[in-house]
Amino acid sequence: MQGTQFQQYHGKVASKRATSEPTWVRWGLIGITVAFLGLFLLVPLAAVFTEALRKGWSVYLAAITEADALSAMKLTLIASLVAVPLNLVFGVAAAWAITKFEFRGKNFLITLIDLPFAVSPVIAGLIFVLIFGLQGWFGEWLIDHDLKVVFAVPGIVLATIFVTFPFVARELIPLMQAQGKEEEEAALVLGASGWKMLWHVTLPNVKWGLIYGVILTNARAMGEFGAVSVVSGHIRGLTNTMPLHVEILYNEYNYAAAFAVASLLTLLALVTLVLKTYVEWQASRDAASIEKEVTA
Amino acid sequence: MHPVFKHWLSVWLVSQAVFNPLAAQAAELLNVSYDVTREFYKEFNPSFIQYWKAQTGETLTINQSHGGSSKQARAVVDGLEADVITMNRAADIDMLADKAKLIPANWQSRLPNQSVYSASPTVFLVRKGNPRNINDWDDLIKPGVAVIIPNPKTSGNGKYSYLGAWGSVLQKGGDAAKAKQFVSELFKHVPVLDAGGRGATTTFAQRGLGDVLLTFENEVALIQQEFGADQFEVVIPPLTILAENPIALVDKVVDKKGTRKQAQAYLEFHFSPQGQAIAAKHALRPQLIQAPPSAFKKINAFTVKQVFGNWHEVENVHFVEGGVFDQIIIK
Repeated sequence: MQGTQFQQYHGKVASKRATSEPTWVRWGLIGITVAFLGLFLLVPLAAVFTEALRKGWSVYLAAITEADALSAMKLTLIASLVAVPLNLVFGVAAAWAITKFEFRGKNFLITLIDLPFAVSPVIAGLIFVLIFGLQGWFGEWLIDHDLKVVFAVPGIVLATIFVTFPFVARELIPLMQAQGKEEEEAALVLGASGWKMLWHVTLPNVKWGLIYGVILTNARAMGEFGAVSVVSGHIRGLTNTMPLHVEILYNEYNYAAAFAVASLLTLLALVTLVLKTYVEWQASRDAASIEKEVTA
Repeated sequence: MHPVFKHWLSVWLVSQAVFNPLAAQAAELLNVSYDVTREFYKEFNPSFIQYWKAQTGETLTINQSHGGSSKQARAVVDGLEADVITMNRAADIDMLADKAKLIPANWQSRLPNQSVYSASPTVFLVRKGNPRNINDWDDLIKPGVAVIIPNPKTSGNGKYSYLGAWGSVLQKGGDAAKAKQFVSELFKHVPVLDAGGRGATTTFAQRGLGDVLLTFENEVALIQQEFGADQFEVVIPPLTILAENPIALVDKVVDKKGTRKQAQAYLEFHFSPQGQAIAAKHALRPQLIQAPPSAFKKINAFTVKQVFGNWHEVENVHFVEGGVFDQIIIK
């Protein structure tokens, strides 16, 4: 009883102290933060949509249903539909290996996973041109077998996979490290097979982190510009992704159309943020309910 | 074989069988071009497709790729499968012969007029009323004047501006040292180096940076059309440089794809009266027909050949790694 009273008292003092600065300081700091957010996030966001709709809805709809725009959307979808599942599988495998096992070269593997973060996307694109380009290592062989990698869809997909490589693994590793391996060990002792352990113990535990990683991977896959630009060849209607299509339209003085396509990418970003918030909320709710079970 | 896999395999095989013959019937050409010919080819390509359909009954598709010229040529060297390449300098096409053996070295002699179908001088675009009073090359380095030029490393447009500045000094009786000093001073007045001509235009016209833009006459015509003729003024310096625009088909690619016939006809169409007229309409000075004197202002211009000998020499002296341009920029 006395204890709780003390805690209440202590809490009051603490909360008072936290806001003991003069009003102008508090409002000044809040004002600066709001102004900063407004200037760097909200104004550009608003600008995209105003510019997109400047010439009206019909121009907007025409811009996003035009054949080249549709083919750009299709290509963007293809790239992310290939990149996301592959990186999902790889990310889970890598995170599992790194957090649940001890082996030589583990740190090296972690460094490798981070490599796409460290390398500039333009360099990432150039790597593929140097390997698969006509003057590259496999250039002659590819020509002889009538295969196209760079300046075609496979190159764009490869570049997308490369730049989105670390997201899932990076999201899972800290989570799985924090969870430790006790539950897996228990499953093993109880006679679960490796697959069973993965499906029923490991994956359910990291569910939200995994979904979060996939959302980030997808957002980056659809928005990637630099690496894809290098390997694309910029052929209208064939090898342009949405971000590249925006650039082309902008360079052709077609600002309304450029911003119309850009607004789709912006909408994607907004959807991503909503999903991300939802996932974080779900994850914290799950964590809270587990805590409750433990204390009860 | 797993039934699901079998199912997909059969779907794939059927789709191959259905779509491939169709793909083989409709010939496709890819034209890899530089930055500021977008609008020209938007009119030229449909005209040629119509002409070809009337001649042969075949429906062609022509795909376009645009960017800074040297960057585009580099992409073709690296395997971008261009049937034809349409550039603003012979050097960018020479690269296909030198670096990748995609075309023979004598490619220029395969078409009329050394394969040059049009030309465009480098001119100055200033803001309305010419507030900085810019009339000649020397005015570009007046204190406080900001000049927009695309990067000479990646853009032919930028190379011509650079060489125009250099040549203007030589033609006035200056020597190489004087020219280097002038060009070096000029690039101190350049706040941003865009990768291509179109990027430079956007910087100047849309973002409002700089007092003067150096670019091709045909780009200037388009800027006035897009942004309104009342915003800018064209200044033609008393002496300037003339960009000659050569075109070529890429032998290795057309022979592999079986499109030599179409590509050759496409190139020849550039030199036809109809093709030349479309060029003139887009402010590219035609080479084989006499454009109406009202269409183009009289200019006094030199070519790269006249002042610098040839592009190989220009590249080796000015634009190679560690060349004069690099020395200037680092200083």
